[in-house]
Amino acid sequence: MKRELRLMKGNEAVAEAAIRAGCDGYFGYPITPQSEVMEYITAEKPEERTGMVVLQAESEVASINMLYGGAGAGKKVMTSSSSPGISLMQEGISYIAGAELPCLIVNVVRGGPGLGTIQPSQADYFQSTKGGGHGDYKLITLAPASVQEMADHATLGFKLAFKYRNPVMIQSDGAIGQMMEKVELDEQEERLTDDQIKEQYPWATLGKTPDRERNIITSLELDPAKQEQINLKLQKKYREIEKNEVLSEEIECDDAEYLLVAFGTSSRICQKVVKMARDEGIKLGLLRPITLYPFPVKEVARLAGQVKGILSVEMNAGQMVEDIRLAVNGKIPVEYFGRFGGIIPSSTEVLEALKQKIIGG
Amino acid sequence: MAEQLTKEDIRKEANIVYKKTEVLTDNVLHYCPGCGHGTIHRIIAEVIEEMDIQSETIGIAPVGCSVLAYNYFDLDMHEAAHGRAPAVATGIKRLLPNKYVFTYQGDGDLAAIGTAETIHACNRGENITIIFVNNGIYGMTGGQMAPTTLEGMKSSTTPYGRNIKQMGNPLKMTELVAQLPGTYFVTRQAVHTPAYVRKAKKAIKKAIQYQEREKGLSFVEVVSNCNSGWKMTPVQANKWMEENMFPFYPLGDIKVPEDK
Ligand SMILES: Cc1ncc(C[n+]2csc(CCOP(=O)(O)OP(=O)(O)O)c2C)c(N)n1
Repeated sequence: MKRELRLMKGNEAVAEAAIRAGCDGYFGYPITPQSEVMEYITAEKPEERTGMVVLQAESEVASINMLYGGAGAGKKVMTSSSSPGISLMQEGISYIAGAELPCLIVNVVRGGPGLGTIQPSQADYFQSTKGGGHGDYKLITLAPASVQEMADHATLGFKLAFKYRNPVMIQSDGAIGQMMEKVELDEQEERLTDDQIKEQYPWATLGKTPDRERNIITSLELDPAKQEQINLKLQKKYREIEKNEVLSEEIECDDAEYLLVAFGTSSRICQKVVKMARDEGIKLGLLRPITLYPFPVKEVARLAGQVKGILSVEMNAGQMVEDIRLAVNGKIPVEYFGRFGGIIPSSTEVLEALKQKIIGG
Repeated sequence: MAEQLTKEDIRKEANIVYKKTEVLTDNVLHYCPGCGHGTIHRIIAEVIEEMDIQSETIGIAPVGCSVLAYNYFDLDMHEAAHGRAPAVATGIKRLLPNKYVFTYQGDGDLAAIGTAETIHACNRGENITIIFVNNGIYGMTGGQMAPTTLEGMKSSTTPYGRNIKQMGNPLKMTELVAQLPGTYFVTRQAVHTPAYVRKAKKAIKKAIQYQEREKGLSFVEVVSNCNSGWKMTPVQANKWMEENMFPFYPLGDIKVPEDK
């Protein structure tokens, strides 16, 4: 496919790629560091470009529920926000997961808890990957590490959302959202017509025509026996996702004796650490999860059979390290190093931590 | 001697003066006997049948006693989270601008937890219809105070009557949204007698037809009863409603289209 080259911010790239992916509607509420997403979309006059709808909602609670309505109608809908706004959306996300509807949610994470800081963070890892709202559900969680991936994950996110009828979260952070890099963009995809939606998504609420039963979008089932079946069906879907959709990148892992695991912004720092360590003769590799859920369990387990120790490098107080430990299952030491509150760890301090916690330990 | 008429003779097509609308399913209503919800469902469904828009209508059920409204309307239905129906309706209507979209909400749903969504959908002039059933109480959760509970009115969380100093004032949401430039038609109705049912049905029909004009949001409050929550018989509840609810929530049109 012919791709167009542009220099863009991560927040702009995700917006442009979503328009090009045939997004039908964006509903959002401003919050730093992601306000450029809606600013970009409105400036693009998407109503004229593709017929896409864009609306600034009165809150994140409203915007996620506008997504819920639009998704029920079989439309490609998205929102974006940052941590406090994503917290407000959790009830709605749980409903969307329960009703098995597709949508794309971009979280340009900032440091917390509370109002926290507007600086980049990865402290929403648990919220994104373990559910976030109430009930047993999962979000497919993509973790872009570049402006290019911000764009690619918009396309991929919509694809996965519709493939599994499940909400997809892009978990980015303030650094990736704000930085500018060159990005290759896909060609414009046509938005689906209502007739195409009716054919492809027979569950969509487009109006009950005589040729079918009425469609009901709900997450409610009061009969425990039936509600358990609904939950089992969801769990079956999550196992499918875990089997089919894991994405990760391995850097200098072939001969590695030690391993860093990091995603998003911290994985960029870790690439430098790998180089610095190798200059010193330390055989270090990096595993970068691209999907945080499903987590690359097999990849971690395989590398745990090869390396002597793993350091999880995160911009939070140690969240992904729990998933790594589960995958490693006690075979080798797994430690965590991180900075938080909006601080990005430096390559020197990561290398130092590796030496102290893993190599020397 | 004239022959005795059999049931079959009576049930002839020619003799039918009234039958259940096709837009209601055959599911048995779960509402308490005497509750207004069933009647309000029926007149909405009749309006949709009369307008012949079953295939073009999407309804949004709330959280409250009418959470299962989707079991009764033979329509594409979307069940919203508590209070969020106007946002869900906004999402649907913006993406399906040629369809008819209505929400059906209780007073707790619309005037407490969903106040922001209600006001902003009204103020944006979303081209939808909101049916607001005001029974002065939280029916579904067992009769707690609602934003519309009258002063002195007993509920399970105001067991000695609503004390304004402690619990604040009852909220006239309908008068409030009538002030907003985005509302096109705002009215308050009731369904406790056949005459009022006919009036309410007319109002609901207008409120749905007005979506064709694309002039803004139509808002129909139906002051209704909750005999189980109010701890009264259906007859007592209707009488109490007339004597206490109507003076505070007077029936009639509050805002009518200027262009008629
Ligand atoms: C977020 C959330 N909070 C609380 C509830 C519990 N709840 C269910 S219905 C309801 C009150 C409904 O009252 P109203 O809207 O007046 O409708 P009615 O039942 O009287 O018809 C409450 C508080 C809920 N389902 N979700």
